[in-house]
Amino acid sequence: MKSLGIKRKTKKKYKPILKNAKTWPVMQMAKKRKEFVQLVTEESYDNLLELRRGKSLREELEMTIFREKQRVKNNPWKVDPADDFAYWEEQHEKLMQVENLPEEEKDGALRGILRDIVSRYSNEIAGNFIHSHYNVTRTLVTIGFSRLLNAARVKGPWSIFSNQLDLDDKIHIKGRTDELRKLAKIGTVVMVPTHYSNMDSVLIGWVIQHLGLPPFIYGAGLNLFNLKIFAYFMNSVGAYKVDRRKKNPLYLETLKSYSTIAIREGCHSLFFPGGTRSRSGKIEKQLKLGLLGTAIEAQRQVFQSEEDDQNKVFIVPVTINYHFVLEAPSLINDYLKRKGQQRYYEENDEYTTSYKISKFLLKFFTKGSDISVSIGDALDVLGNRVDTKGNSLDKNGQVIDIKDYFKSNGEVTENHQREQEYNRILGRQIVKEFHKHNRVFSSHMVAYVAFRMLGRIHKHLDLYGLLRLQDEDLIIPYEDFKKQFVVVLNALKKLQKQQEVGLADHLFMDVDEVITHGLKNVGMYHASLPVVKNKKGNIEVQSMNLLYFYHNKLLGYELENLF
Amino acid sequence: MSSKTSSKKLVGVIGAGSFGTAIANILAEKSNVLLYVRDENKAKEIATTRVSSSQKIEENIEITTNLADIGNRCEIIFPIVPSANFRTMIRKLAPYLKPYHVLIHGTKGLDLNIPEGEVLSKENPLSRKYVRTMSEVILEETSVLRVGCLAGPNLAREIQERQPAATVVASHFEEVIDEGQKLLKNDRFMVYGSNDLIGIEFCGVLKNIIAIGSGAVSGMGLGENTRSLLISRGMVEMIHIGNALGGNTKAFIGLAGVGDLIATCSSSLSRNYTVGYRLAKGETIDEIKASMEEVAEGINTTIIIKQLADSLNIRVPITETLHKIIHGKMTMAESHTYFMKFPFRAEIDFI
Repeated sequence: MKSLGIKRKTKKKYKPILKNAKTWPVMQMAKKRKEFVQLVTEESYDNLLELRRGKSLREELEMTIFREKQRVKNNPWKVDPADDFAYWEEQHEKLMQVENLPEEEKDGALRGILRDIVSRYSNEIAGNFIHSHYNVTRTLVTIGFSRLLNAARVKGPWSIFSNQLDLDDKIHIKGRTDELRKLAKIGTVVMVPTHYSNMDSVLIGWVIQHLGLPPFIYGAGLNLFNLKIFAYFMNSVGAYKVDRRKKNPLYLETLKSYSTIAIREGCHSLFFPGGTRSRSGKIEKQLKLGLLGTAIEAQRQVFQSEEDDQNKVFIVPVTINYHFVLEAPSLINDYLKRKGQQRYYEENDEYTTSYKISKFLLKFFTKGSDISVSIGDALDVLGNRVDTKGNSLDKNGQVIDIKDYFKSNGEVTENHQREQEYNRILGRQIVKEFHKHNRVFSSHMVAYVAFRMLGRIHKHLDLYGLLRLQDEDLIIPYEDFKKQFVVVLNALKKLQKQQEVGLADHLFMDVDEVITHGLKNVGMYHASLPVVKNKKGNIEVQSMNLLYFYHNKLLGYELENLF
Repeated sequence: MSSKTSSKKLVGVIGAGSFGTAIANILAEKSNVLLYVRDENKAKEIATTRVSSSQKIEENIEITTNLADIGNRCEIIFPIVPSANFRTMIRKLAPYLKPYHVLIHGTKGLDLNIPEGEVLSKENPLSRKYVRTMSEVILEETSVLRVGCLAGPNLAREIQERQPAATVVASHFEEVIDEGQKLLKNDRFMVYGSNDLIGIEFCGVLKNIIAIGSGAVSGMGLGENTRSLLISRGMVEMIHIGNALGGNTKAFIGLAGVGDLIATCSSSLSRNYTVGYRLAKGETIDEIKASMEEVAEGINTTIIIKQLADSLNIRVPITETLHKIIHGKMTMAESHTYFMKFPFRAEIDFI
């Protein structure tokens, strides 16, 4: 029999890069948890003694203890230790007693208090990775997601046991996946994704294990640990605890030391460098440099160590794209309120409840809204491109030794101001990579074109004026819209050719189809769709705020001058 | 890397023009200096006569015509060549530069870089993305990040005469400023630091335009009232452009800004001043260029800044007028009347 040569499309399955879980850096860290916590304490203690922001140690301690006592009183959480109040009270008393000590003993006593506090913080922050828990979570998430998906999309009562559809039908992982796997074998990866939605953490967790990578550690808000079940999951995926209520230098330094030492010791890490979710929907521009700086510091410390096998740190930017962000209404509301102050009137149109979230999840799996995760080019801690062997390349593709960036007079030196500058340079490079690897969806384009066209028509209005446009001003004739849409699409295609942006495959359909696709998907689960095609076949905007949010996704490409 | 055989550090200087030579001499007081001279014959001449740009050079200045030498032997390098040759020179030097190098340039001009295939037009006017300061050229072409610049009233002849003077080292890196101070500072040469690299670079660049104007004032036989008018209005113009291009006002009211502006505008020693003077005496720009030994950066700068200001929509009356004069579209006498009629409203509107 002659074969037609049709092959079943086989999906790429990634084998774990480290088969034996015992060799996972995070496992080793968990095994030596006590020593690790000790190390974090020692290093933060030393750093704190060295860096003094114009305050004496005594003042620093006074301030910290005062604020902590306030926190315990005014904002206690379930997750807080039972002895929280007693502990800070005790430190307070100890500090008071220092006054009565002879002059030569004072400093030692203050240092004792400092060490005690830092040690408490280190213990608090440290994660509690348990391998068996990790396995349970991993299985649950994967099975749960794909069962739900099959139940929803494959017909028939047995569909829940069907294997026809996998999660990766819905989630498109693009970009340098193989490079990432290779680099994770030879060095330490710090993944830095864009952040739009609460879904991101789960999604990235799934992507990491799907790609066969060992678990990454990442900072998770302490509030998530309030719920026992969440705490179980969080601990099991290698999360360490970040308490946003504590903003004192002692705590922040301990947190930074934790991250630095983990990276230095070879634990793959993940930060959302934008800090919290992007309120405006824009691609992050201002990055939070604190944690990013720990990657640079860790790299320098590796170079300073006398070990022959020097671990290299790789920064991997990742962009996540959805047609739809569940929290968009509240995010954009927040953003506009903060930016516009009194000029912005809040309209109560939408809120998030657990019912809404479940409805969203069901819809998400039943309707065809895709997610894309693009793995960007790996960078070294100075923002230089890295090849698959882990070599840093200069602008002409020549291999360079990044150890040289930390040298003066031929030796690797510690220079905070220098590293702060490097941090800024790295931050800028990550932002550039975000723009390059961002994948434009039809929905973003529809929102962008509609919002900009209204802006052009109502030139005299500022942003807040635009957001308050009346219904009759919110209609754009379809043909005009299409014409402008083509202009923007062509400009984006040109940018894609220059590798300045990525385009989703669906943008290469017929233009009318792309527009229909975009209209169908833009904010598809919101109570009111941001923009629709009305009965007369024209484009009608129903929510300017949401339109603005989704439009923001395409800022930063200088497309504005096309209008 | 620095030579370990001698107790003194070896510092590189690229360019043996008057300023390059003056800097090499200052550096030579504390370090051994390797001075790069592009032209072989000129290099030989300097090596034998020990005179460069009419300045006697110190004994511990070694002459080289090999850029690789500079990169391989020096950790700190001062490139001081005309802006028109700067990018080509940096490209040639790039293969010998490593991330540990520190570069502090002393070139007061701009680099025009229009990528192949791009054509400037009304729709695509000259904009900041095509114009680079010298530090930006270094960052673009090499793997070096620790970059700085020298600016300030540095008339080479006065430095040569060992008169008291000062300079500003600007860099985003404290260590670059520290290093620059350590190497250059002596009992008659002060060195200040600044972290507004772009602002300080623009100070050095923009003052050259005003210096041409100042030369023209003298050439026309006008007096000090006129010159003060020109200098103070010139200052305002510099700040407007500087702000639009990414510098802070602070830089312009310091030594590298107003200090350098006064020096270049009141000294007949400055090349740009000479250009203005001769223009006012009726010579054409081509005649002046042909007879000058070193490039007057101000001519090139005027042309670039005029176009940049157009695309940014900033009024720059002094630059515009000089632009017209350079291109033969206005006479000196006409410019005089034009100025007195220019509708300035507020005197200071930038602080």
